[in-house]
Amino acid sequence: MEKSVEKKTRAMGTQKLVAIVAMVALFIFFSIFGKGFFKYSTIVSVFDSAYYIGFMAIGVTFVIITGGIDLSIGTLCICCSLIGGTLYQAGVPMAVALILIIVIGGVFGLANGLMVSVMGLPAFIATLGTMMITRGLGSIVTGTASVSFPMGDEAGAWFKNIFKFQPDWLPQNMAAGIPTGFILLIVLAIIMAIILNKTRPGRYILALGSNKEATRLSGVNVVKWETLAFIISGLFAALAGISYAAINVTLMPGTGNGFELDAIAGVVIGGTSLSGGVGSIAGTLIGVFIMAILKTGLPFVGLQPHYQLFITGFVLIIAVFADVANRKKQGN
Amino acid sequence: MDGEIVGDVILTMKGIDKSFPGVHALKEVDFDLRKGEVHALMGENGAGKSTLMKVLTGIYSKDSGTITFEGQEVNFTTPKEAQDIGISIVHQELNMMNHLTVAQNIFIGREKMNGKLINDKKMNEEAAKLFERLNININPAEKMGNLTVGKQQMCEIAKAISRDAKVIIFDEPSAALTEAEIDELFKIIRDLREKNLGIIYISHRMDEIKVITDRVTVMRDGEYVGTLITEKCTKDDIINMMVGRVIYEDPKEKSNVPDDAPVVLSVKNLNAGKMVKDVSFDLRKGEILGFSGLMGAGRTETARAIFGADKIDSGEIFVNGEKVVIKSPQDAVNAGIGYLSEDRKRYGIIVEKTVAENTTMASLDNFANGLFIDKAKEKEAAVEYVEKLKTKTPTVDTKVVSLSGGNQQKVVIAKWLVRDCDILIFDEPTRGIDVGAKSEIYHLMNELVAQGKSIIMISSELTEVLRMSDRIVVMCEGRKTGELSIEEASQEAIMRAATLRN
Repeated sequence: MEKSVEKKTRAMGTQKLVAIVAMVALFIFFSIFGKGFFKYSTIVSVFDSAYYIGFMAIGVTFVIITGGIDLSIGTLCICCSLIGGTLYQAGVPMAVALILIIVIGGVFGLANGLMVSVMGLPAFIATLGTMMITRGLGSIVTGTASVSFPMGDEAGAWFKNIFKFQPDWLPQNMAAGIPTGFILLIVLAIIMAIILNKTRPGRYILALGSNKEATRLSGVNVVKWETLAFIISGLFAALAGISYAAINVTLMPGTGNGFELDAIAGVVIGGTSLSGGVGSIAGTLIGVFIMAILKTGLPFVGLQPHYQLFITGFVLIIAVFADVANRKKQGN
Repeated sequence: MDGEIVGDVILTMKGIDKSFPGVHALKEVDFDLRKGEVHALMGENGAGKSTLMKVLTGIYSKDSGTITFEGQEVNFTTPKEAQDIGISIVHQELNMMNHLTVAQNIFIGREKMNGKLINDKKMNEEAAKLFERLNININPAEKMGNLTVGKQQMCEIAKAISRDAKVIIFDEPSAALTEAEIDELFKIIRDLREKNLGIIYISHRMDEIKVITDRVTVMRDGEYVGTLITEKCTKDDIINMMVGRVIYEDPKEKSNVPDDAPVVLSVKNLNAGKMVKDVSFDLRKGEILGFSGLMGAGRTETARAIFGADKIDSGEIFVNGEKVVIKSPQDAVNAGIGYLSEDRKRYGIIVEKTVAENTTMASLDNFANGLFIDKAKEKEAAVEYVEKLKTKTPTVDTKVVSLSGGNQQKVVIAKWLVRDCDILIFDEPTRGIDVGAKSEIYHLMNELVAQGKSIIMISSELTEVLRMSDRIVVMCEGRKTGELSIEEASQEAIMRAATLRN
């Protein structure tokens, strides 16, 4: 009995454990040594800097579990919002524009999925292509001009409340607003975790990531479920695009490069294996928050935000190394 | 006769024909199976057993012939169709999702649902019931990857049974099992026979066939040879049917190695991983030492261990009488050992590089001028060996990918000769090479030993072993089970040693 419990903890992954410890340690570190870190407005800004990477990371977790990768999410996220914002400026109601943004994300996800599962392209190449296409498309649609989303009292500005609720009646100490985006992130994370662990699509995505041929021989339609993983990734990239527009208001075409790597780093720090078969949404969120805490916290101890990259790199390598070393010890 | 096998016929395959590009894999094969019988399917490697079973289970589609199951003609196009009607296979290579639990594996594609959500608790309960029925002790909530191979096999069987299979195919189920696990497996098989299922049992192990099966069908070169009642036949009857083909190649009559030839390579009590157990042998100068055995006998693993590609657990290796420590292929190459992999394209050559570049690959230090590669010298060496080995290539600057299999093989040989390797390990040297090129490779090997090189040749083709070797080592399940001089070797004698367990 004891043996099986021990095995279970091992199966959970040392990596995730390292990630949780790292997140808590970082938070405590900044709370003690960062002057003014531990207060409402700072916590909110940690959340603010976590939304868009968080949404992308949740989506791409599904692709990574299949053993694939989606490099297109960063540029796709910006591309969707640029198109949506352009449509809004051309008179399309905000609600319709938002729906279109999500649809575009889903369509690109579908295209990625079909290229990988039906046409047999390596995921790295297929999504590298889509990454370039979406980056270019954003510039083409906008004519290389920046796109501004409505703010303040403008008619379409309501959508910002989804991610940041800042009514006048909030008390002074909560002027930073209510991080509704955080709530949305958590709710969607819970839903996606249930889909991953408790429904057939999730089960088949885990199964095909573990052994695609065995899954196929068990009578499961692996093409369909592999494609679905990419669609989920595309949809969440689009949602990330909306949240990015809500926080940052003005979007520049040609940006978004590198977001995908932040998201993938978060997923990997959270214990999802790049070789497929294993992964958790909770882990992904932890990974994303580690990066958000670093980004927000470092200025409080007198370091510029670019130290975030420097340190995240170490966290990434240590987290994955702990897992690799542990697996070697187990002999598989 | 038929009085002994009483069950009704549940499955008949008639005139099954299947071709792949360049290979006629199944030629008009017949097979039938009754309820409540264990029917062995036997034959050498490549006889067509697995292909026939893949046709039966819908993994391959047949070119012609009929399959009748419970009186109805069936035609499967996907594995699922075969499973749904009641034909399940326990694959030789286990098909498991290691990251999922045992119960999740068993019910994959048929999950127990609670509305839209998967009911893992129910699946665990059902799996536990199944294991109880089979008298197996496995925790359904355990991750599949944490189980031993034997237990994983039991899970595969449980999965087949849970689909209400009427026919279960076991494809070499005992290959990776321990003695105790095999006993457990046989108990389960007997139990299934009691319950009137039809069992097809593929195995190379003669002892097992005698113990567990009711009838034996033998295949050879993609053809049906015959069916015997197990009780009424001897091991030798079966072996004769398996090897009884016309021998196209004249076997070597006597060894060409002089009695006083020095030993160039001596391996003593080599152990490496699970597949190499206590292997000892000597290789003499100018000798072709054949390594025979069935698939999975541990021959390639032995070669890889000697070459330093896999870790050696214990044992000693002597080259020209001196003890050498081989921890990596680099050590082996420095000791003068070259290895020609059975999987040429993956391990032997770099197909996108030229003949010249491949030729000097293992000895670039000799072709370097400081930091730069001396292209002229490289070309010179390549031309020399193209002429020596009669490699057919337009120029030495041709990419290896455009050469035929036999000529690619020659490039690999040239690579090791340039490196001054005196001991060459040929792993299935003629696999995937057409007949004409084959005899050229044979000719070349004979020439090499005449020049004083020594060769270990691993081959699954008995005719090839008998034609080329001066002496033959036979392996079975990681152990050396026989060493035959070419004078005493015959297909039957090799087969007997190759099926000798422990």
